[in-house]
Amino acid sequence: MALEIDRVTKRFGAFPAVQSVSLIVAPGEFLALLGPSGSGKTTLLRVVGGLDVPEEGQLRFDAQDMTLTPARERRVGFVFQNYALFRHMTVAQNIAFGLDVRPSSTRPPAREIKRRVQALLARMQLEDMGARYPSQLSGGQRQRVALARALAIEPRILLLDEPFGALDAKVRKGLRQWLRTLHDEMKLTTIMVTHDQEEALALADRVAIMNAGRIEQVGTARELRETPATPFVRDFLDDTPSHAQGSGI
Amino acid sequence: MTASPPRKEFHPPTRESFATRVVLVSVAVLYISLFLFTPLIAVFTEGFRNGVDAFLNAIVEKDALAAVKLTFIVAGIAVPLNSLFGLAAAWAIAKHDFKGKSLLITLIDLPFSVSPVISGLVYVLLFGAHGFLGPTLDALGIKIIFTTAGLVLATMFVTFPFVARELIPLMQEQGVSEEEAAISLGASGWQTFWNVTLPNVRWALLYGVLLCNARAMGEFGAVSVVSGHIRGLTNTMPLHVEILYNEYNFAAAFAVASLLALLALVTLVLKSALEWHYGEEIAASHRH
Amino acid sequence: MPGFGLTFGFTVFYLSAIVLIPLAALLIRPWELGVAGVIDAVSAPRVVASLKLSFGAAAIASAINGVFGLIVAWVLVRYRFPGKRIVDALVDLPFALPTAVAGIALTTLYAPNGWIGSALAPFGIHVAFTPLGIVVALTFIGLPFVVRSVQPVLDDLDREYEEAAATLGATRGQAFRRVVFPTILPAWLTGIALAFARAVGEYGSVIFIAGNMPFISEITPLLIVIKLEQFDYAGAAAVGAAMLAISFAMLLAINTLQAWARARST
Repeated sequence: MALEIDRVTKRFGAFPAVQSVSLIVAPGEFLALLGPSGSGKTTLLRVVGGLDVPEEGQLRFDAQDMTLTPARERRVGFVFQNYALFRHMTVAQNIAFGLDVRPSSTRPPAREIKRRVQALLARMQLEDMGARYPSQLSGGQRQRVALARALAIEPRILLLDEPFGALDAKVRKGLRQWLRTLHDEMKLTTIMVTHDQEEALALADRVAIMNAGRIEQVGTARELRETPATPFVRDFLDDTPSHAQGSGI
Repeated sequence: MTASPPRKEFHPPTRESFATRVVLVSVAVLYISLFLFTPLIAVFTEGFRNGVDAFLNAIVEKDALAAVKLTFIVAGIAVPLNSLFGLAAAWAIAKHDFKGKSLLITLIDLPFSVSPVISGLVYVLLFGAHGFLGPTLDALGIKIIFTTAGLVLATMFVTFPFVARELIPLMQEQGVSEEEAAISLGASGWQTFWNVTLPNVRWALLYGVLLCNARAMGEFGAVSVVSGHIRGLTNTMPLHVEILYNEYNFAAAFAVASLLALLALVTLVLKSALEWHYGEEIAASHRH
Repeated sequence: MPGFGLTFGFTVFYLSAIVLIPLAALLIRPWELGVAGVIDAVSAPRVVASLKLSFGAAAIASAINGVFGLIVAWVLVRYRFPGKRIVDALVDLPFALPTAVAGIALTTLYAPNGWIGSALAPFGIHVAFTPLGIVVALTFIGLPFVVRSVQPVLDDLDREYEEAAATLGATRGQAFRRVVFPTILPAWLTGIALAFARAVGEYGSVIFIAGNMPFISEITPLLIVIKLEQFDYAGAAAVGAAMLAISFAMLLAINTLQAWARARST
């Protein structure tokens, strides 16, 4: 699915969190939103997911206006920074949630739901974890459950908010490679928010660098490094050590 | 969050529709008004029904004044004793480890789940004319039931946990590191308590004392059982309200009741003020 | 840490003197009637009728508070509206207002010529001096418990869970039923149990509005007082001990609920 963000502005009171941002994400592309905290990247992701509504601008999925479509009708797979797994449900119930809540006219039969959950568990290398509760899982396992739950609804686009933010450095490196492989298999349009430039540049096809509610530059890792469009982009990419807090070394 | 008005119709996913919100707020406000606000208004309206003079006359009447005085005496004894107990229990429980700690906490909370009538009954069974110790005390010339002593005991029972249950969770949360530091610097146990522990829990202590006092001054069931309802002698304010009401002297009953309602309002205002200003320094359960 | 001997000793002494020894008297006293006598005293028709009334009315009142307390807690945590702080502070009124004052105020309101009673009378609904009046008084007394139990849990509940439910296609109702409600369930049940326990033993606010007719509107605590006034100490103690036993079971249930709630929140 192609995503078009067209001059979107989102304010919180008088504070402009996102200012007239335009961005096009191609079908099957993996795009990273990179920037310091407070740069508006999570807000932009939430606007795409339907969790916040923009004051100005338009949002299009495959040329169809989605700006005012409620989150539950958008079919976006949203993975939250802290996963937001339902604590009182097992892993399998968490993954099945998006299918279970469908109206009976579009809900797959119980056996089909079960089969899909099993398939996702297998894909996430969590075969034996279906009956466990989130509190009984490691951080990396929870992250994969959150991803499986988002994928279960067969989303048109995958939105990841700091997907590795809550993990330690070792787990993070392994999952990063695994996520890229998964993306290459599924060819699902993906936007990932991160403040870790190494992660963004290593994983994404293209990186959009945000600062103070605006996109400074969009490009491949190489383009950004070789021809930074603004002083901010150059400084931000030079500034590796001070951003090491995010990469957890 | 104050978002600018959204264009057309967009429901943020964690917000109910406008109609739902209006209905829920209305139901809640109506419920609170019906069950809490209206009775409160009724107390004052009935108290002033026959004018301010009648209200004042009912309050300065001899037996009413005696009831006010007795209420203050009873609370004045029961509240400090229970506060002292609360501090001691919290120090023993929160700052030390021992077996049976959770049993002790449960036992301290016990009076909350005992009917007020039973709280009075137990002292009648012990000290009453036909009680276990009644004849012995009688021989010694000591009377407890139908005297101020009985009222104080019954009040102590019903308000027993108030201060302790505010202090124990807070002091457990605060741990012992500050006290250990003070002692390693040469402070005595008493100095440590006075200069380190007490300042850390002062607002929670005040909070507990406030609730303890409100209940002590307003208690009815327990004191009713041990009082004997002797006018001018063993009538606290709530008991005086009952006597006036049962004599169909409604205006006077509500006049005295107004005083108690005023006490309740002052308690609520102070309690809210403590929660808003010192919420972090009270207990976890009151942070909202 | 110093001072353990002193404070622990004082704690145990004071607890024993004020609470434990007097309660022991309650448990010992009935047996002077003999086992058969105790059973007779507790199973007398008038006692059984009063127990049914006390527990039945308390159950209805705590159920009412379960429903409306949840709505009040939700509104106080999630919405902003004029007068919210006053409503929030007023919720604790039943903790602060002496029960006798509440009793005479409710009686006056719901009497046939009272503000509310006169509005209900044309419909044939009589509240004061009927069992319905007892339910009203017990609802008043139990109102804060559900609100104050649910409020902090709801406050701590991150909005992300509901947002996640929404992105997965859940309606607002489904998000509440399947995500929010199971999370607050232990706190909600705890609040209902606390309101119930309080209502069962309540005396002051009930006796004015109840009418106090034996077999119809006579609550158990009042029956204890009546037995005591007739110097039937052992009978009063027997009924009191029976109530205490039930309260103990309630306390146990509440503690179990709270342990469950803690286990769920980790």
